[in-house]
Order: sequence, then C-alpha cells, then structure tokens
Amino acid sequence: MPNDVADPKGVLAGPHFMDGDHALAEGALAAGCRFFAGYPITPSTETAERFAERCPSVGGLFIQMEDEIASIAALMGAAWGGQKVMTVTSGPGFSLMMENIGMACMTETPMVIANVQRGGPSTGLPTLTAQQDMMQVRWGSHGDYRIIALVPDSPQECFDLAVEGFNLSEKYRVPVFIMTDETVGHMHEKVVIPPADQIKVIPRKNYDGPKGTYRPYKFNGKDVAPMTKAGDGHRFHVTGLTHDERGYPTLTAEQNKKVVTHLIEKIDSNADDIIRLDEQELEGAEVVVVSYGITSRIAIRAVHLARQAGLKVGVLRLITVWPFPEKRIRDIASKVKAIVVPEINYGQIVLEVERCARAQCKVVSVNSCGGAVHDPQEILTAIQESCR
Amino acid sequence: MTKPPSEDDQFRQDNPMAEFLRMERMPHIWCPGCGIGSVVNAFAEAVKKSGIDMDKLAVVSGIGCTGRVAGYVRLDSFHTTHGRAIPFATGLKLANPELKVVVFSGDGDLFGIGGNHFIHAARRNMDLTVICVNNFTYGMTGGQLTPTTPKTANSSTTPYGNYEYPFSLPFLADASGATYVARWTSLQARQVTKSIHEALGHKGFSFIEVIAPCTTLYQRRNRLGDGLDAMEYYKEDAEVAHGVDTRNVDIGFQGKMSVGKFVQREKPTYFESVNEHYANVLGDEYQLYGKTTPERLEEEKKAREEQARRAETP
Repeated sequence: MPNDVADPKGVLAGPHFMDGDHALAEGALAAGCRFFAGYPITPSTETAERFAERCPSVGGLFIQMEDEIASIAALMGAAWGGQKVMTVTSGPGFSLMMENIGMACMTETPMVIANVQRGGPSTGLPTLTAQQDMMQVRWGSHGDYRIIALVPDSPQECFDLAVEGFNLSEKYRVPVFIMTDETVGHMHEKVVIPPADQIKVIPRKNYDGPKGTYRPYKFNGKDVAPMTKAGDGHRFHVTGLTHDERGYPTLTAEQNKKVVTHLIEKIDSNADDIIRLDEQELEGAEVVVVSYGITSRIAIRAVHLARQAGLKVGVLRLITVWPFPEKRIRDIASKVKAIVVPEINYGQIVLEVERCARAQCKVVSVNSCGGAVHDPQEILTAIQESCR
Repeated sequence: MTKPPSEDDQFRQDNPMAEFLRMERMPHIWCPGCGIGSVVNAFAEAVKKSGIDMDKLAVVSGIGCTGRVAGYVRLDSFHTTHGRAIPFATGLKLANPELKVVVFSGDGDLFGIGGNHFIHAARRNMDLTVICVNNFTYGMTGGQLTPTTPKTANSSTTPYGNYEYPFSLPFLADASGATYVARWTSLQARQVTKSIHEALGHKGFSFIEVIAPCTTLYQRRNRLGDGLDAMEYYKEDAEVAHGVDTRNVDIGFQGKMSVGKFVQREKPTYFESVNEHYANVLGDEYQLYGKTTPERLEEEKKAREEQARRAETP
C-alpha cells in the first residue's frame, strides 16, 4: 500500500445518506485519524458518537474526557505520541479550548478541530445554526499566531474537508479548523466516499536521523521541521514557552520575534497553496456575493433570482476562510460595483472583505443574529440595491 | 589543540545526574533550600533502579516551579499549559501505550486549576504515575494560597491568615480511585525513591505526594526559618503510618503529618479494561493501532523482562 493514499481500513467507500457530523468522522477516519478525545455538546455530538462507534473496528481509540479543556489537552499529548488526532465541539466548548489551541500553534502540533457552530453568545441557541465563531477561530487564543480554517457547505464537503484538513495540518504542523454549522451538521445528503486509493493522504513526516540530533523546530517562515513521537529515543522537549530550535525555553524578545514571525509566515507565505475558492460567473459580474458554508447555498438561490432579473451577479464561495484570500478579494473589488457579504453573524468576515477591498467598491453586509439561515430574498434585495 | 574543559564543562561531565538531566540547561531556576531538586534526584534514582528504558519514559509537567521539571530531565518531556499535564499525559499514554508516562507537577497546578483532571484520571485508573511536590503555595507567582495551604497559614493572598479548608491529597486520590497512594517529605529521600520505584512498577494510577519546603515564600512569610528548619520540622513531625485510613491524614499548620504508603490495590487499569471489553465485544478482530491484544501483551511482557534484566545489572 503506498503511504500517500488512505488506509482502506478506515474508508467506508461508496454512496451514503449521511449528515454532516457523521461525514466529519468518516473523513477523519479516512485521513488516518485514530485518536479522538471529545466532550458532548450540541450540535456536534454526533461526530464523537460516530467515531466512538467506528474506532474499535478500525484500530483506533475514542475517549470521552471530563471537559473540552481536557479533550484538547489529550489531543496535544496524543499528537506527540504519534497519532493523527481530532476533536469536535461547538461555541461554549470552543471557548474552553482556546488556551491549548494557542499551545498547539506555539508548539506546531498538528490536529483537526471541528466547530459545529450554534447561536451565541454564551449558551445561546444550542440547537440552532450560526456562523458567529469565524473571528474567534482566527483570534480566540492570546498572542499572535496563524491557523487554517475551512468551511464546508454540505455533508459531502464535511468529508472532503476533514481529509484536506488533516493533510494541511500535517504539512504545516498547525491546528486546522473545520468551521461547519448546525444546519450542515444535521443535514442529511448524499455523501460519496471514494475508494481508499483515490483519497490523497499526507502521512506524518517523522524524523529519521540518529538519536540526539532531532530538532523539533526550525524558524524559516516557509516550512516546518519533521515531527517525532515520544518513545522513539530522541528525548526531545516541548514547551509552550518561547523556545529555540531544540525546544528549550529562550525567553527573549529576539527569540520571540523568530518564533512568532515563523508561525505567521509559514501560513502567509503558503497562502496560495492553502486557499481553496469556488468561483461562479465572476466574468463580467457587476456584483459579487462573497459567502461561505451554509450561507453560500442560500446565496446561490438569490443569485439565480437576480440573474433571472437580468442582473450581472457572480458568486465567490470561500472554502478556506483563514488564511483570508486577500489578493483575490482585492482583485475582484477592482472590477465590480459592489461585494455583498451575507453571513449568519452580526458582520464578521465582511470586515475582512472591507479591509481587502480597500474602498475600490461598495461592500454590503447582509447580517443576521443567528438561529436561522437567511431568506434568499434578503440577499436578493441587497444585490438589487447594489446594482442601482 | 583542543581547549581544556572549563570548570562548568567539567561539572556537567562529572555530575552523577549528567545522564539523567539536560546539563546544558543548568543551572536550574530553583531557590536555595527548595525541595523540588531532592524529589527530582529521588525520581532519577528510582528510574535507574527500576531498569526502565529511558527512551520509553516520558515526563509531563504543568506550570509553576515544579512544572519546570519537564524542562530539565533528559527524557521525552512536555511542559504543558497550567493544570493540563494530566489530560496531556492521558493522550500521550493512549496514543503510545508502550510509554511509561510520569506527571510531575505542583499542588497549585494539579489540585487548583487542574483538580478536575486529577480526579478523572484516578477514576479511570489511567496508567500514569503522578508525583506532586506539595509546598503549600504558588511559588512561581509569588506565594499565593493553594488548595493545600494549611488553615491559618499566611500567604500573599491570605495576608491575615488562611480561613479555607485545604484538600488532603491522599484522601482525595484514594476516594477518586487511585490504586497506589503514598506521602513523604522531601527529607525522606530514600522513602521517596522507594515509593517512586514502586509506583513506576504499579499498574494503573499511582500518586505520590511529597511535602517540600518553599523557603523563599511559604517559609519566610510564615516565619518558619530556612530549608534546614523545614527539615527539622519534617524530622520531628512526620510520622510513618503505612496503611493508615486516608480519612485521617489531614495536615494542620505545622502540625503532625502522617506519611507512608497508604493505598496499594489491584484493579484493572484503563487499558486492561479497554482490551478486555473490546475482546468480549469484537473478539479476535479487535486491534489497537494495528496490533491485536495478544501481540501487545507479548510486547509488554518482553519489555518487562528486559526491564527486570536491566534492573539486576547495576
């Protein structure tokens, strides 16, 4: 079996009728994830349940931890124990995970965290949809760092992006977030899982040099040092403190500059490799709707209606939200009258669109306080007003 | 011509702990009279005696003075976030069952911010050894109250004396399901070594509390003298009481302290329970990380034999 495709053991190949939460678990198993630590929280619990049910027969382990803080701490340990690891949560649990998300960024520990978003703040709307954690995922832990966040718009994409998320996580040694939502999480649709040999999987790159020579880090802002696992004889050290290439604490402004610059640049300088966009009818468009996740499916309905009315409207769907597709947005902004940004929050990603558009065009927010997807008519009205 | 080794280099080379410590990181940050070093020394002795393959031994610490242990031991070592050493160690052990995982941290880290994780790891009889250096205070942040500070003791956040009830750690561990529980003071180096040695060989969740002085903060703020005075207190007031009921081992301010091995019992560990359960449910098909249970048990047996062989050869 070549090591850059999926292990058939974890792949439930074939067509399925499945919800987004379950598809996330299947994507993780296909990507080679064999360790999952989680804590129940609506509307994400089904992913943990699916993993718990499937893992004994694929050679994995599921543990229900005492809380989300413990779940992500266990992922940290398990990643350095040699496993590909995942957890899933929603708003309140996501907030609890923030400290160790920072440690995962600082120690360049690969892991995948899915957030099935629900309405907030606080306990908010446990069973109703939202996209309100889009800025939290970017900025939620303290300090400066970068992460990768992918947003699926369907159960099929939950599967696809879970696999992709693991691959990016291994490639850049960074936590990758699947920012889905209650609607996609609980929506049943056709999910086609390809045969194992058609699923591209990036295996963990482990250090193979002699004992005593392993360096867990390099700070070049381009790529990352190989991993190793505890027990392989390298006797390495990992700390959340600012560290040198050996992983030893080095508490100076100079060293922090090296570390932080690297954490940011390894993502920013590879943005073109990381960013996935879905573009429709952008050629000659006067108005472009920029959206992501479930909202993009509502946006497409609005765009169809607008086109029927003779308006020149295109759609840009962000599959990768972080790193943000700055260049593409700037380029589009230079060619259109307006960008319309519907999202199920009070206006989060629209701020980023405004920043990148640099006032070259109008930017219109179609916001919502969460709990329901948009009515296509709301988006259509914004498009019509922008065309005037 | 090679340069003659400097005094520092010579020290690093000749130190009996050189094999065990990251000598390039010396000197350490601990204060004169601090008890943490004695416990690290006892740990090193116990590891040597046990014959454990040091490549298969990992240390996980949280934050604080004792949290710095992970940074000094020449082992796979992890200095994690505050209070989260135990769940980190849980993940590490579960991902790589052949490891021996030791959590080394302080009373504030393990029982203040991390208390919830401690009781759950003990409840699961998770295969971990937890060593808590209990100095009754948060040292790294300047001598604040911890969940173990004795009643009436002074701390920087109880400047008029402590009016809270402290945890009795052996009682908490016992009640939560730990299957090995011992307490010593940092004066009793040989007993600490023996207990750590036993804990390393114990299957399941083992817990060792070591009472140790914080000379700079706890001792000074409470006008208890220096490290030597602490040793005299331990010598006078630590009473060996093996097997005593853990309900009766509270520590009052400068009062008598029961020490000894309080609990040692056999109970299936987390991994034994996983193996047994899935073997019943799934039969021979059950494999963890590509290995069947008999294969893993065979490997474990071999590792134990190898360890015993190493322990015999000095």
